[in-house]
Amino acid sequence: MSHHPTRSVRGNSAPAPIRLDNVTLTYQRHPAVHHLSGCFEPGSLTAVIGPNGAGKSTLIKALAGSMVVGEGHIDRGGLSPRHYGYLPQAAEVDRSFPLSVFDTVAMGDWHRLGLFGGMKKGDVARVLAALDDVGLAGFEQRRISELSAGQFQRVLFARLMLQDAPVILLDEPFNAIDERTTQDLLQLIQRWHGQGRTLIAVLHDLRQVRRHFPQTLLLAREPIAWGETAWVIDDDALSRANMMTEHWQENAPSCAALAAQEPI
Amino acid sequence: MLETLYTWLLAPFVDFGFMRRALVACLALGLGAGPVGVLLMLRRMSLVGDAMSHAVLPGAAVGFLVAGLSLPAMGLGGLVVGLAVALLSGLVSRTTLVREDASFAGFYLTSLAAGVLLVSLRGSSVDLLHVLFGTILAIDPSALYLIAGIASLTLVLLALIYRPLVMECFDPGYLRAVGGRGYLYHVLFLLLVVLNLVAGFQSLGTLMAVGLMMLPAIAARFWAVSLPGMMLTAMLVAFVAGLIGLIVSFHLGVASGPAIVLSASGIYLLSFLFGRLGVLRQRRLRPHLAG
Repeated sequence: MSHHPTRSVRGNSAPAPIRLDNVTLTYQRHPAVHHLSGCFEPGSLTAVIGPNGAGKSTLIKALAGSMVVGEGHIDRGGLSPRHYGYLPQAAEVDRSFPLSVFDTVAMGDWHRLGLFGGMKKGDVARVLAALDDVGLAGFEQRRISELSAGQFQRVLFARLMLQDAPVILLDEPFNAIDERTTQDLLQLIQRWHGQGRTLIAVLHDLRQVRRHFPQTLLLAREPIAWGETAWVIDDDALSRANMMTEHWQENAPSCAALAAQEPI
Repeated sequence: MLETLYTWLLAPFVDFGFMRRALVACLALGLGAGPVGVLLMLRRMSLVGDAMSHAVLPGAAVGFLVAGLSLPAMGLGGLVVGLAVALLSGLVSRTTLVREDASFAGFYLTSLAAGVLLVSLRGSSVDLLHVLFGTILAIDPSALYLIAGIASLTLVLLALIYRPLVMECFDPGYLRAVGGRGYLYHVLFLLLVVLNLVAGFQSLGTLMAVGLMMLPAIAARFWAVSLPGMMLTAMLVAFVAGLIGLIVSFHLGVASGPAIVLSASGIYLLSFLFGRLGVLRQRRLRPHLAG
């Protein structure tokens, strides 16, 4: 991978923190994320961890604006969700689609080119540079159907890079990706972090989190712990997280009603 | 030798105006339906096209009952009903857990039954056959203008929305995330599907109009690797199928609609076997490249 430490990027650093105020996200009224309050500082690099069903992906979707916030409020610091870069878990992408690698990456330029804008020399160069950065130099004319899963993930990272977003959300970006690709993409994440972007990634590998992510949110429907990674990842918090998730009460009473019953 | 070729291939078109009109209609149909079919296939909506061609029947039937076998009247009715079915299915699948293909099935079956009922109310069974299977050899200039108009509109609109439409087909979640109005392009595309089915009414009938949309598109997949290449191939295949179908139907005295669609099937079969990406070429052992 080549490195461009001085590459200037337009308005890439996040201007303001992302504040969550008592956010509850539900599927058919059952909470997937319950009363989450807190703040992603601008330029922070946060891992979201927790057991399956803990609401990690749901939280990312809400931040990306593709899920309605039921209760509470997300303050995106004046940015619209479409200025966020978002890599969903196993995107609904049809990998047999007859597109070239170049065209796929160029989709990241949508916000600059829009419906009709033609690609100028600089735009083409940016696409090629992004491909170079993810280690796919020379692949621009290949069909995406010829790529391996890891190579395709690199393509999606290149597209994300072109979006040049101040906030980047990654939902399990290293699922089914080999060690080498993971290391390369982690380096890229570090670089984005160095450029002052706010990064939030759902991850499972705790070793990875300890090594590369300064901040961690441990989620098990409710926030268990949120802060410095070394402080969050301790055995006590992890075991509490594991205990709290998987149950699902079919006829759970409404949360507000419960609160009203409790004597003050 | 040349004489025989002339008698078989050219004479029908030189001698008869209705054959020339039918040929031009096939060309226009291919230009519009080819690319629309390719996109339908790539969106994994091949069968939605089929469902849609059934769904437009009641609209066409009402038009037929009011104005007889007139393409503008039937087309207008079909357009209204087809769009209603498409939008309702989309609405159901976007607001509930029912997937789009299932809601399509629900609506098109209802629509098809209503259509057959309507035609049987008033018309004879010959009328029903006309509506269902079309009569390409009775295309008049006004029908030709309508078909050509729809083909032109299709090409212009596709050119306008090509970029977001491809993105919406390839990765709908991404287009949503970057703020593109995916649903708008989806609806515009469905409009094009219905319009092209309407264009195929008179020549191929409501049931087989989708044949000249899907078969060339699927055949194209065996030849081209890029999207524009696929669209061009599909146009060409549709036109050649129309040409062969018309000649066969002229000489053998069989119905033109099925003859055209079967020609397209033949090309599809040959492409599957001998196409650049067909099964035989892919199987043949060739030394692999160094890297």
